[in-house]
Amino acid sequence: MRYEAPETAEGAAALLAATADARILAGGTDLLVQMRSDVVDPALIVDIKGITETRRVTEEKGGWRVGAAVTGAELKEHPQLKKVWPGVIEAANLIGSTQVQGRATLGGNLCNGSPAADSVPALIAGGAVATLAGPQGLRDLPVEDVMLGPRKLALRKGEIVVSFWLPPRPPRSSDAYLRFIPRTEMDIAVVGVGVSLAIDETGMITAARVGLGAVAPRVLLVREAAAAIVGTRLDRAAQDQLEAAVRAVCAPIDDKRGTVEFRIQVAGVLARRAALIALDRARTN
Amino acid sequence: MAKHHIEATVNGDAVEFLCETEETLLDVLRDTLHLTGSKEGCASGDCGACSVTLDGRLVCSCLVLGCEVGGRRIETIEGMAKGEDLHPLQRKFLEHAALQCGICTPGFLVASKALLEHNANPSDTEIRYWLAGNLCRCTGYDKIVTAVKDAAETLRKG
Repeated sequence: MRYEAPETAEGAAALLAATADARILAGGTDLLVQMRSDVVDPALIVDIKGITETRRVTEEKGGWRVGAAVTGAELKEHPQLKKVWPGVIEAANLIGSTQVQGRATLGGNLCNGSPAADSVPALIAGGAVATLAGPQGLRDLPVEDVMLGPRKLALRKGEIVVSFWLPPRPPRSSDAYLRFIPRTEMDIAVVGVGVSLAIDETGMITAARVGLGAVAPRVLLVREAAAAIVGTRLDRAAQDQLEAAVRAVCAPIDDKRGTVEFRIQVAGVLARRAALIALDRARTN
Repeated sequence: MAKHHIEATVNGDAVEFLCETEETLLDVLRDTLHLTGSKEGCASGDCGACSVTLDGRLVCSCLVLGCEVGGRRIETIEGMAKGEDLHPLQRKFLEHAALQCGICTPGFLVASKALLEHNANPSDTEIRYWLAGNLCRCTGYDKIVTAVKDAAETLRKG
């Protein structure tokens, strides 16, 4: 098994394009487990942490660019991000233990291709755009278009996610992420919902996005759910419509951690609660 | 494929070793450097028995490749006591009987030390969440939380 740690995205793309059985290493919290359990046995590991752009957080075009290999612990400690994107940060910090937080990354969480990835609904709600680098150069893809299904990504041969761009935040906007797990910590989402919204001076919702995880083969952007609350003050009728819109797109699995009926019910409840938290945060922003 | 030649710092000492790509930092620590204080419980990042710090950041050494640590600073349980002089956390774990079989203890001590460097006066809830990635099947955790709080108080008094 070869190991390479290129210092440029072009270098990583060339290595990945030239090797049939290569895997990308960011934090390793999924890859090393898969290697250990013989799920994967790559011929080449390409560590992307040596690429500067994957490891930094910078302001860009009024928003924030976050490297794909920045860890959860680093995100939490960033002085401004937590204030501007509390939902994204709380979602990233729900992944695993303190030890896992020291390694786990946003890029890895997305590219592991799990429908239950906690940070992905929050990134989708936030309108995050992934910047990919590949043999043909750079391209941008909205996060909701990166994942196609379990373990299936829209990345082309040789492409890596280098960073995410989170758009500028207007005044009176915020976000929130909630998930349900059968215990209080260290578990994988049965349902996860991210909501991002903005309000005007009167408290009317002017824009919203809802990301929904763990209840379909991939994480979904639920436009109908956003439409249900835009133009409202999130009164009870709007909350009911939000819940109904979220439940309408759920197509969950049925297992011992949550039945289909339970997951659909909880998805609506979490969407309402996450929207109320985002609204409360937006009022004080 | 030739082995990787890695130079790093472990508990303040410069070390160099050879490793295969698939060897984890835990494999290197235990089998090559013979630092067997870090334990392998699950090898999947769930139990925390292999906890070490990497450039000051708490990680599971079973989820780090040996070839990733070139030029980095690693701290393990072996670096915690200064000769015969136990770290306050180690003393308090003994005093409060915060261990029984002891397999999880190095991981708990390394993780608790990282917590107290980050938060000198953690609440019970903060301790329990910080240590959620360290599993103990003997103590029921209460004695560990008590020991960490007591050690924190000792350290705050200097």
